[in-house]
Amino acid sequence: MAKITFVDSEGKSRTVDAEVGSTVMETAIRNSIPEILAECGGACACATCHVYVDEGWLAKTGKASAMEEDMLDFAFEVKPTSRLSCQIKVTADLDGLVVNTPGKQG
Amino acid sequence: MSDIIATDVVIVGAGPAGLFAVFELGLLDIRAHLVDILPRAGGQCSELYPEKPIYDIPGFPIVTGQGLVDNLVQQIEPFHPTYHFGEMVVSLEALGTADKPAFRVQTDAGKTFECKCVIVAAGGGSFQPKKPPIAGIDAYEGKSVHYAVRRMEDFRDHNVMIVGGGDSALDWTLNLHPVAKRITLVHRRDEFRGAPHSVNSMRELVEAGKMDLVIGQVGSLAGEGGELKTATVKLNDGTTRDIACERMMPFFGLTMKLGPIADWGLNLHENLVPADTEKFETSTPGIFAIGDINTYPGKLKLILSGFHEGALAAQKVHRYVYPDKKLTFQYTTSSTSLQKKLGVN
Repeated sequence: MAKITFVDSEGKSRTVDAEVGSTVMETAIRNSIPEILAECGGACACATCHVYVDEGWLAKTGKASAMEEDMLDFAFEVKPTSRLSCQIKVTADLDGLVVNTPGKQG
Repeated sequence: MSDIIATDVVIVGAGPAGLFAVFELGLLDIRAHLVDILPRAGGQCSELYPEKPIYDIPGFPIVTGQGLVDNLVQQIEPFHPTYHFGEMVVSLEALGTADKPAFRVQTDAGKTFECKCVIVAAGGGSFQPKKPPIAGIDAYEGKSVHYAVRRMEDFRDHNVMIVGGGDSALDWTLNLHPVAKRITLVHRRDEFRGAPHSVNSMRELVEAGKMDLVIGQVGSLAGEGGELKTATVKLNDGTTRDIACERMMPFFGLTMKLGPIADWGLNLHENLVPADTEKFETSTPGIFAIGDINTYPGKLKLILSGFHEGALAAQKVHRYVYPDKKLTFQYTTSSTSLQKKLGVN
């Protein structure tokens, strides 16, 4: 188990339990986190699970793959900290992870 | 006014549920036309995950989204469905009665159908272009901001800003280049997903000074009365740049929106269409809802559920289309009449 905190575009923060081996997107959907749509269900095909990884966690989450970067072209207000949450696998190392969700996904 | 297409059933959505409904209707001698806003069959399977394996289709331990769609298209071929791709059903008007329903269905391409039943198999709704969250963009939509090119002439002698890095953005950059006064392509990074040939052609135009490429993201728009004048682009170094443009085309892919279904007089529950579990009929007799678009107690958004729902809906559609014919339940394995319809006997 790892704790993940989602901070929405209005600053409200929600901390939930995440299962190691699942994805950050799946964790968000299971816990009804707002501002994560995940229209394609995790196929890296829609860019509606866009999150901004908290700066302090970037080294641990790693960078977007080439395919994910391509898909991020469909997201809005992309920043250097942008990731698609369906592509971040939860590991024990990510216990305490903080991600911010954008105001608009699609 | 175009000719009216008369048919038994109009199916709204050509995803797996809509495609398989053609099969179940066809076995009962019911003719169907399929309308889909996408340019091809398959719905989400083709649009979102064509290469992704699906593991829960009964009888297929593994099949890709596109593989499943290709098989379905082949499976319904004996019933010669008519496909109307790239069109959205915009209006649905009841003409008949509860006992004898009839509907007039119109698409945004100007086609009119008259049918006895409608099957809404619209999945997550219609795929529509994503609108960038730029403050006030709505005011420019239709006049200055376009998500598709209807007429090239609308862009003639204008400064055109195209936003995005995929094939749509690149294709329209190249196609509109001879018509527009000046094209500016804006993309968040100096890498493009589009076809390499298009990327090269675009870069050649930039080298030759015939168009501009700006790496950044559109921050705000300025203009008057729906007429765009300037877009402010945030460059990746944090500075901004004002770029004159009277036309803008953002290409950020597609998203699913319920769309016009909301206006068809159906009961809705959280953007889903409630249906019964015996016939998958909606609150309007003669209109059915199958697949991901419907809701009922215990609903699971599985492709296999959509198949089941289509089969049961077809039974009730038969009663509307052939009120005087008795329906005898038959199996494709043993019924010679069904096999004849399938062209295998």
